[in-house]
Amino acid sequence: MLGFIRALMQGPVIAELAEKNPDIVVLTQDMGGIGSFAEKFPDRFFDVGISEANLIGVAAGLAQVGKLPFVFAMAPFITMRSFEQIRDDCGYNRNNVKIIAPCTGLETGAWGATHHAVEDLALLRTIPGMTILCPADPDEGTRAVLASAKIDGPVYIRFGYIESLEGYEDTFEIGKAPAIREGTDVAIIATGASVAQAIKAHDILKGDGLSARVINMHTIKPIDREVIETAAKEIGHIITVEEHFVNGGLGGAVAEVMAELGHGRLVRLGLQDEFVMEVASYPEILGLVGLDGESIAASARTMLE
Amino acid sequence: MPDKTLEQDLRERAAALRRHILTMASNGQVIHVGGSMSIIEIMAALFFHFLDVEGKKGPTDHFILSKGHTVHAFHACLAELGLIDPGEFSTLGRINTRLAGHPSLKAPLVEFATGSLGHGLSVGIGMALAERLNKSGARTVVLMGDGELQEGSVWEAALCAPRFGLENLMAIVDRNGFQGSHAVDDVLPLGRLEKKWQSFDWNTHVIDGHDLGAILEIFNKFPSESGPTMIIANTIKGKGVPAVEGTTRAHYTTLSDDEISEALETMGVSSC
Repeated sequence: MLGFIRALMQGPVIAELAEKNPDIVVLTQDMGGIGSFAEKFPDRFFDVGISEANLIGVAAGLAQVGKLPFVFAMAPFITMRSFEQIRDDCGYNRNNVKIIAPCTGLETGAWGATHHAVEDLALLRTIPGMTILCPADPDEGTRAVLASAKIDGPVYIRFGYIESLEGYEDTFEIGKAPAIREGTDVAIIATGASVAQAIKAHDILKGDGLSARVINMHTIKPIDREVIETAAKEIGHIITVEEHFVNGGLGGAVAEVMAELGHGRLVRLGLQDEFVMEVASYPEILGLVGLDGESIAASARTMLE
Repeated sequence: MPDKTLEQDLRERAAALRRHILTMASNGQVIHVGGSMSIIEIMAALFFHFLDVEGKKGPTDHFILSKGHTVHAFHACLAELGLIDPGEFSTLGRINTRLAGHPSLKAPLVEFATGSLGHGLSVGIGMALAERLNKSGARTVVLMGDGELQEGSVWEAALCAPRFGLENLMAIVDRNGFQGSHAVDDVLPLGRLEKKWQSFDWNTHVIDGHDLGAILEIFNKFPSESGPTMIIANTIKGKGVPAVEGTTRAHYTTLSDDEISEALETMGVSSC
């Protein structure tokens, strides 16, 4: 549930923005007062209860009249149960709604597959005009929230089980994915919590005499084509890593770019078209489905054989 | 006391709107006739009396046609408001038109594009909340169908609006009794609809949706002292077209020249 904490940490960030911007409002579905926001701005805070479809519709209506709504809601439910509201009310009607979603990927672990958001990227990626951000560490999460407030249009910010990446700093530009480790044998393109695992893989591979470039794909839409094309041309071997089905998410997006480019080899790590049926904790599940640093390093070795 | 001059004026408007819809349904054009005809008096009262959707006299009011397939009644209002030319009716659904089968952002006065049922009430709540924050006095009206009330999202919104007060929100249900394939009662009956909305703490009124006097009387009572307003308007699907009134066929059909002539005859006019 670390993503839950990381998402709620954005409450004070938004409250600070709200001091200057009277149009900012916060909505949620039974997730508490979102830091101190509800206390500071009781008139601009709306908890609509456990009703996702209504939540997105209400947020879209507020945006329609010029408000800037930040919606806090749990990822599996807000992206699937109210997908049509996100598509029609926010996408088609071009409404400026920002969705801040914890409980993404596999972070809810033993709660079971109903609570795993492992198709949110695939679903939302189909919506024209949608921006999808997937921060890799808590500070990057804040930078993503601040960046989302500056653009006009719906934004989905995915908060997973993210911890501070030592020494990581980036100016955060939407759609520009930084390489956070350099390498020449293989490029590991990861997103969200998987970035930390990719760094572990980088360190393991280093011990084997292999050098891996690690790219933090913090924006899933619009995808950074340039960084993928450069990796495909310079390195040729690419591995994508995500807590998501390999179909349609980061792996899907990278595969689309590479297919159009016409060269480079790709291995997609993530859930291979199967729900997680085993009951296990979050770190244990990462090992089971091959998304921990060891498994990523092993995939790289196999690819380079 | 209801204003008889206003009522008479709106009656004439309603007749003009019906003639526009007859035009749209002519020449083999298949449209949602039934649900467009059943809301005519409500639309006339909204667009030519109650709402200031162009913000001419005060704050701009909001209107959401949540039963988006009956957009033809809205297009007829646009023509009567002088915002489109009736000649445009024949462009419906063709390339470069502003007139789609559901409210499109390309058409004048469409604030929110609808189509899929069960979206409008939640969006209306958001608009009403925003206008309350703005202290603007603007009103928000959401018009839904009775078949639409089978959507679960409507009931999430029904639960939500009174929780936030929202005296500035009015919802109207066009209870014409029919949906796409059958009578609503034969598909999924709505039962004691008035009691349902009352129990959700809406200020609930039931009226004859073709009685302009009754519509004006209820509109005059808005806003209520506390909470949102729900008007259940009992109507006749295809009202004004004897050939299809109160039938399933009325939902989506074209009208023959004879059927149009018959409708015009009952209105006491000779042409659209």
